[in-house]
Amino acid sequence: MISADISVVLPELLLAVYAMGALLVTVYTSKDKGAPMVLWTTSVVLVATAIWIALSGGGTRVAFGGMFVDDGFARFAKVTILLSAAAILLMSQDYMQKRDLLRFEYPILVVLSVIGMMMMVSAGDLMALYMGLELQSLALYVVASLRRDSVKSTEAGLKYFVLGALSSGLLLYGASLTYGYAGTTLFTGIVEAANEGISLGLLFGLVFLIAGLAFKVSAAPFHMWTPDVYEGSPTPITAFFATAPKVAAMALFARVVHDAFSGVVSDWQQIVAFLSVISMFLGAIAAIGQQNIKRLMAYSSIAHMGFALMGLAAGTAFGVQAMLIYMAIYVTMNIGTFAFILAMEKDGQPVTDIASLQMYSKREPLKAMAVLVLMFSLAGVPPLVGFFGKFYVLRAAYDAGLGWLAVAGVIASVIGAFYYLRIVYYMYFGEDKEGLDTGMNPVLWGFLMASAGVMLLGVINLFGVEGVAAAAAATLVN
Amino acid sequence: MIGLEHYLTVAATLFVIGIFGLFLNRKNVIILLMSIELMLLAVNINLVAFSSFLGDLVGQVFTLFVLTVAAAEAAIGLAILVCFFRTRGTIAVEDVNNMRG
Repeated sequence: MISADISVVLPELLLAVYAMGALLVTVYTSKDKGAPMVLWTTSVVLVATAIWIALSGGGTRVAFGGMFVDDGFARFAKVTILLSAAAILLMSQDYMQKRDLLRFEYPILVVLSVIGMMMMVSAGDLMALYMGLELQSLALYVVASLRRDSVKSTEAGLKYFVLGALSSGLLLYGASLTYGYAGTTLFTGIVEAANEGISLGLLFGLVFLIAGLAFKVSAAPFHMWTPDVYEGSPTPITAFFATAPKVAAMALFARVVHDAFSGVVSDWQQIVAFLSVISMFLGAIAAIGQQNIKRLMAYSSIAHMGFALMGLAAGTAFGVQAMLIYMAIYVTMNIGTFAFILAMEKDGQPVTDIASLQMYSKREPLKAMAVLVLMFSLAGVPPLVGFFGKFYVLRAAYDAGLGWLAVAGVIASVIGAFYYLRIVYYMYFGEDKEGLDTGMNPVLWGFLMASAGVMLLGVINLFGVEGVAAAAAATLVN
Repeated sequence: MIGLEHYLTVAATLFVIGIFGLFLNRKNVIILLMSIELMLLAVNINLVAFSSFLGDLVGQVFTLFVLTVAAAEAAIGLAILVCFFRTRGTIAVEDVNNMRG
């Protein structure tokens, strides 16, 4: 019994052992001098775990009496999370080292939060959900305030902590009501209880759970922490916030509504559609006035979460498939964009002002072209890959009879295109004055070019991610 | 006779007080931490009440997990608060305002 359970959670278990081992070894030996080595080892371990999970074969396995579910959906999300976390770690080394921020705790905290995320996407029980979510959040609060001597970074950590704890509280209150009115914390039990007719208590539980999860995916109207945390945290941490935790929270959202509440689609569909539509519009409109590129990316991620929620709002297997494809594309675009933001420097100091990009194309034509591709892709301009992500979620919403939501999505993406295109405008047609330093760390250059290349070449067949996502969605929705 | 609904009412009241404490308090960040704790404890009352009502131990197990996590959360919150105080020199809520927009 127990050995069968252990074999299901083996990847998480080994990662946890690695994290604790790495912590002990570095504390007793090299401390911060060993940080680059820990960072590289961690990236290798994360990539190796991702390959292991990707190759571990099909089938749905459950452990600990259904509390932990390892299915195609969880594996898809886990591979995305692990690869993006490894990419962000590699990208951050240069930036952190220059600012004397590269402490050995950083990669270890990232691994711990990744374990939490893997737990989240595999949760089959309210307790497993809560433990995963908290493991992820507690590690993220600490990395947000990693720059201990900066007012902005500690303030970002404090704001993230207070609002994150509030969202955990809301989610937990929802969990307690769900437990009370369903009589069990297992998702399989909640489905049965909900199918017998959803009681008022269960409905309240559902609403609180969704509110808590909306905080974690930073969907409006629960988005207020996002811009401040993105701006205040050190840029590599911002890049991390924009990628892996968003995938995990989105996958957890899908798991809760499709696993625990799959029988009452009409009850949550309206709420998710509402979250989706206001996230898209708020993200698109509030970003227009931003001059700081990190704040701009925060609003951009709010808008993108709105689109991902649109796929979820469809309430169908195709909707989940569209959401998974959208998240995979979103993460790839963000890794490339943040590789560029990490390299934005003036006289060796990091800058985040968009105006510093004026006439960047004259000095660095190739990099400007890569950023142009990424911006067009973020805006959803055909024929780039970002367009296909939007196309899938719009089709999912339309097929599910949410035509109004699809129309609203198109309008919001047109408004949102404005600020992406403004960056392109600055780079190609701005005033010519002294701008950013030239030159770029080769790792960052590689990620920027690879991400832009994926946006161009992916149009052929999306690298086969469509079929994988369809298989993953089929294991969740049945 | 005190029944399930009484416990649920107390828990709901405490939870709402916690939320109001978070949003209305303009003075001290420590009060925010206390409000968060109040919210989590309200949830614990809910869980224990349901557990006793349903005759099911899972709710009490859940409560133990919540208590443990709440302690860890408070520790991290205070640590971040200490860092913030060192750089900013104050922990008044209205001074947590370096970033806006």
